[in-house]
Amino acid sequence: MSKKSIETLVGLFVVLGVAALLFVSLKAANLASFSSGESYRLQARFDNIGGLKARAPVRSAGVVVGRVTKIALDAKTYQGVVTLEISQGVEFPKDSSAKILTAGLLGDQYIGIEPGADDKNFVAGDVIKQTQSAVVLENLIGQFLFNKAADAGTEAGDKK
Amino acid sequence: MNVLALIGARALSVFRGWGRAALFFRDLLLAVPAALRRFGLVVTQIHAIGNRSLVIILASGAAVGFVLALQMYYALVNYGAAESLGLVVNLSLVRELGPVVTALLFAGRAGTSLTAEIGLMKAGEQIAALELMAIDPRQRVLAPRFLAGLVSMPLLAILFSAVGILGAWLVAVGLIGIDPGNFWSIQQNGVDVWRDVGNGVVKSTVFGIICTSVALYQGYETEATPEGVAYATTRTVVISSLAVLGMDFILTALMFSTR
Amino acid sequence: MLGKSLPEMSDTFIEIDHVTFGYDASRTILNDLSLRFERGKVTAVLGGSGCGKTTLLRLIAGVHAANSGRVIVDGEVVNVRDRAQLYRLRRRLGMLFQFGALFTDLTVYENVAFPMREMTDLPEALIHDLVLMKLNAVGLRGASHLKISEVSGGMARRIALARAIALDPELIMYDEPFAGLDLISMGVAAKLIRTLNDVTGATSLVISHDVPECMAISDWVILLAGGGRLVAQGTPAELMASTDPEVRQFVRGEPDGPVKFHYPAREMADDFGLGVQP
Repeated sequence: MSKKSIETLVGLFVVLGVAALLFVSLKAANLASFSSGESYRLQARFDNIGGLKARAPVRSAGVVVGRVTKIALDAKTYQGVVTLEISQGVEFPKDSSAKILTAGLLGDQYIGIEPGADDKNFVAGDVIKQTQSAVVLENLIGQFLFNKAADAGTEAGDKK
Repeated sequence: MNVLALIGARALSVFRGWGRAALFFRDLLLAVPAALRRFGLVVTQIHAIGNRSLVIILASGAAVGFVLALQMYYALVNYGAAESLGLVVNLSLVRELGPVVTALLFAGRAGTSLTAEIGLMKAGEQIAALELMAIDPRQRVLAPRFLAGLVSMPLLAILFSAVGILGAWLVAVGLIGIDPGNFWSIQQNGVDVWRDVGNGVVKSTVFGIICTSVALYQGYETEATPEGVAYATTRTVVISSLAVLGMDFILTALMFSTR
Repeated sequence: MLGKSLPEMSDTFIEIDHVTFGYDASRTILNDLSLRFERGKVTAVLGGSGCGKTTLLRLIAGVHAANSGRVIVDGEVVNVRDRAQLYRLRRRLGMLFQFGALFTDLTVYENVAFPMREMTDLPEALIHDLVLMKLNAVGLRGASHLKISEVSGGMARRIALARAIALDPELIMYDEPFAGLDLISMGVAAKLIRTLNDVTGATSLVISHDVPECMAISDWVILLAGGGRLVAQGTPAELMASTDPEVRQFVRGEPDGPVKFHYPAREMADDFGLGVQP
């Protein structure tokens, strides 16, 4: 086999491999939706972040507007501190709230931002004050049982 | 007393074997810069190692893609999650099956061919002839093949995954009737380029280093007899496979642990 | 040529000085061996298998270091650790391996061009002419395009010879050049060895156990026995006429003599159970 044809075939092989990589990255992974633009940082504090992980999406009205970059524990207030990177150009009023929501029934958790009504918007470095922690199943069950017990008590009280 | 001595001697010889392998690997790495300067040699080897493995890798990738899609469908449809078929197949391939299965196939096809080639070159005194011409056989013969394996493995692995995903698409959309738009969009939302695809590429590169080094070492150290070469090729496959699987466990634990 | 004195016996190109060597402690292959190889001459080293002939070549080429004693090539003691010295030595050395040791992934042309391309900066056009000249010297100029898998054993040996002389070495070593060849090829090989030596003025070392061919072309013959022991040395005529039993057995190829026919065994009666009467 001549040297030229070997080189051509190897070149084809490499091109094919790179094409496969691009295909998988773009069509079958999230490279296309990667915001290559600028972003600014916000923080949000939660009593319980539930199953939120780093790199989880930040959505508003269901649209991805950013990513969770860091999750840490505030040693003084024992709150979870979540750092968010929001795409430049997407701004939220200062009284917007951040909730930890679950995608689907058993899906991953993400941050949902509900816009408020303030005139002024968040700037880089701001902290989102209004937050709603993740739903913890045990608390939910406990609450349900408590409510049930309370209803029974009220009925009994009414009957008297 | 004799049994202890026997065990001791055996243990020592095992350590000596590992020591020799480690020294061999170091010499291999030292010879890489010289091989890079003679890039034509590397290209020839990529052809021998990479191109010649394409057929088996692509065929296996498609087959695995088909089968995965079918099997996962049977499992997912019970939970009403059949739409996630693409995502499940994608992640299985890109994170695990692509790198690992490609590595095992590579060890079997390219690894044994390398071992046999080097072993026969040694038996035919070609290595000695190079030394007597004041040419370092590690630079001229071993390092180009090492670089070629290092480059070929990740390419082959991603090709395996890509073909597998396409195969799954054929089964899912063509055969089963899953919505094509959903098939791709669920993957795009669920597969992270850096964490999943990127880690898969890192894995396959590590596997490439392992398989190629083992194959070259076995060929270089083999006895220059027909039985010696046959035994060496078997060892290449066994050691490469075990090392790949072991390394896969370690890498997976490191890369994909739920933090 | 007139007025030039005859080459003296002391014009030594290679000297083996009390060399002892073994690959490991259990097997000593050469034991306190001392030899001299004269410049410009064809010296044959004869002996049965396993008497260290190939090891001798490796020691001269600096592949191994002697356990004790010195190997001196052209006045320099061969130091295995001195890479620069080994490189210089091997530049002047051409070796013909037992079965050619041609590079199977290259063509005939590329094999002969290999040393030139690797060790010199000669332009391709010049290499082209040199390669064809070397192939012509061994009678294979028309075969330059063939692949190694396509050539016969005798041809392979000749191509390997062309490769060995690619850089016009001062020392050419032949490891069993006649092994496995038919009579014609043997004659060709012998003729080439002798002619090359005379034309280039190189020193040739022929390792072999082929007595007739070696006697025909050598200026000096050394006979070794097991353990690298020097049995005899002299001109071919002297060895053929020797009365030493070991030498006679070897040069005449007698099956039994100082080198026994039978491998050491028990008494035949014991093996066949003949001594025991029921």
